Amino acid sequence: MNPVNYLYLAALLFTIGAAGVLIRRNAIVVFMCIELMLNACNLTLVAFSRMHGNLDGQIIAFFVMVVAAAEVVVGLAIIVSLFRSRHSASVDDASLMKL
Amino acid sequence: MSPTAVHSLWTTAAEPLDKIQAPDIEYGQLAPILIVVGAAIVGLLLEAFLPRRARYQAQVTLTVVALAASFAAIIALAQAGYGTTKANVAAMGAIAIDGPTLFLQGTILLASVVAVLTFAERRLDPETHGNHIDSFVAQAASVPGSDSEKSAVRAGFTTTEVYPLALFAIAGMLVFPAANDLLTLFVALEVFSLPLYLLCALARRKRLLSQEAAVKYFLLGAFSSAFMLFGIALLYGYAGSVSYARIAEVVDGSVRTIDPALADTMGNDALLLIGGALILMGLLFKVGAVPFHMWTPDVYQGAPTPVTGFMAAATKVAAFGALLRLLYVVLPGLRWDWRPVMWAIAIVTMLAGAIVAITQTDIKRLLAYSSIAHAGFILAGVIAFTPDGVSSVLFYLGAYSFVTIGAFAVVTLVRDAGGEATHLSKWAGLGRRSPLVAAVFAVFLLSFAGIPLTSGFSGKFAVFKAAAEGGAGALVVVGVLSSAIAAFFYIRVIVLMFFSEPKADGPTVAVPSAMTSTAIAAGVLVTLVLGLAPQYFLDLAGQASVFAR
Repeated sequence: MNPVNYLYLAALLFTIGAAGVLIRRNAIVVFMCIELMLNACNLTLVAFSRMHGNLDGQIIAFFVMVVAAAEVVVGLAIIVSLFRSRHSASVDDASLMKL
Repeated sequence: MSPTAVHSLWTTAAEPLDKIQAPDIEYGQLAPILIVVGAAIVGLLLEAFLPRRARYQAQVTLTVVALAASFAAIIALAQAGYGTTKANVAAMGAIAIDGPTLFLQGTILLASVVAVLTFAERRLDPETHGNHIDSFVAQAASVPGSDSEKSAVRAGFTTTEVYPLALFAIAGMLVFPAANDLLTLFVALEVFSLPLYLLCALARRKRLLSQEAAVKYFLLGAFSSAFMLFGIALLYGYAGSVSYARIAEVVDGSVRTIDPALADTMGNDALLLIGGALILMGLLFKVGAVPFHMWTPDVYQGAPTPVTGFMAAATKVAAFGALLRLLYVVLPGLRWDWRPVMWAIAIVTMLAGAIVAITQTDIKRLLAYSSIAHAGFILAGVIAFTPDGVSSVLFYLGAYSFVTIGAFAVVTLVRDAGGEATHLSKWAGLGRRSPLVAAVFAVFLLSFAGIPLTSGFSGKFAVFKAAAEGGAGALVVVGVLSSAIAAFFYIRVIVLMFFSEPKADGPTVAVPSAMTSTAIAAGVLVTLVLGLAPQYFLDLAGQASVFAR
């Protein structure tokens, strides 16, 4: 199968993720959408790796997975602490600072 | 792209592998980074094994010693000529050791030492329950206002984890301007961002604001780094490699061997343009340039003030270093495309930063918008695209970072019952009540405004001169105009401090320990030295302005 199709799929997933970040209001869901974007990047990398016939893209995909895992650790800690002090994880409620 | 152009990876993998060559790592040249990473790991171990009472002393000592040792390693490398004649690419092409790298790493380290001193300040608040308290929360996991928070405060807990976190962030910042391939760039970005997200959430006072700032910074930061990663993936697809030198060759069209797959992708300019734009976007987010600046005021306001100072100074240095390297080493062949875009961004950033700052009533938000305007001024130097442009940006970053840390350190001193009194109305008449603190802050504000005899003036002069010589005269006009607008609100704060009556219920000015005093003194010293006798440092930046490739 032509690997270019995977690029289209990855671009679609990335767009869905980006739209989700902008539209959704729950911090956890926003974060899940960011993870979707990272995974779309992985798919792009692996598809390009296959097209170019070198392994760089696949190696980078592993790094991205590790970074995404580290991001989950930090991100969930921050979001959970926000939730515990406000009983809400909505990004709209977090608006103590305004212009 | 036809399916026949696709390589079959599994056929090569099925053959017996050749002996895998171990990579050559130049540990000596990477010493500044390795020292900081090592110290961060030792800091984690101290956190695990030392009793609570002993941690503060041990962590502060370890952090300062490690940063000093790392700076000594930078000096040794610079003395050995790695900044000029022996500039090269180390660690199998991952890290460039050259003039800009060493200059920026040195700046980051010195700024970090000063910032860590403000982290360690424990004299600003009165002792509670017989314990010294600092700017950081007693126990991050406890809910604000809960019983567990009260008992943590009573027990005298402090979050000494901030020192290893800061060290990890500094390590990432040291790698960021030195990164010589896109993977290293991405990993370094995350290594310095993740600890910063956490540090933002750790304020002792106004914890809801602090947590909110951390959530905003985290979500927006992760969002922008996802865009940057997609840009990296597209550039990799375009050039078939993530190495800066290789991508630059493909962009120039000077690449020697072209296999069918590369011939296919390098004809596709969409990959290059979109990829380059997305990576730039990620970097401009970290720099805080308009329109990617929305996080800056909220995060600067909510984060603990010492962290804000650290972030404002060191992150900016690291991100501009990476931006310079990307534009000058990877995408010089594309400059007819990126220069107009950067022009627009620089103009919008300078004007928006200066104009919106006028309406601010909170001193930390005011400094945040001022930092946005400064990002615009530095971008003017980046656009110059000459060696003078590089050296002026290096000089400006050095001058700006110390003033910023100093200014935020002064903000920590002005306090009322609720912690720092950051509302501008509370600063009225500060000059009558404590002339020294107000005078020092006035020096910093004048330097931000770019008044002659301060470092801000030398920096702005260098940047605008380089921009004018680089053919960006219109940009200089806008820059000078927005400097004039910015000067208005800096002067307004000075007038407020010295020429209005102090309020009866005004804030008190805490007497700091030697640590914050040192940080503020360093800020004043750098401001005056770089303002009165900048030549030596301009020469230094001039010598350090050539990128290794």
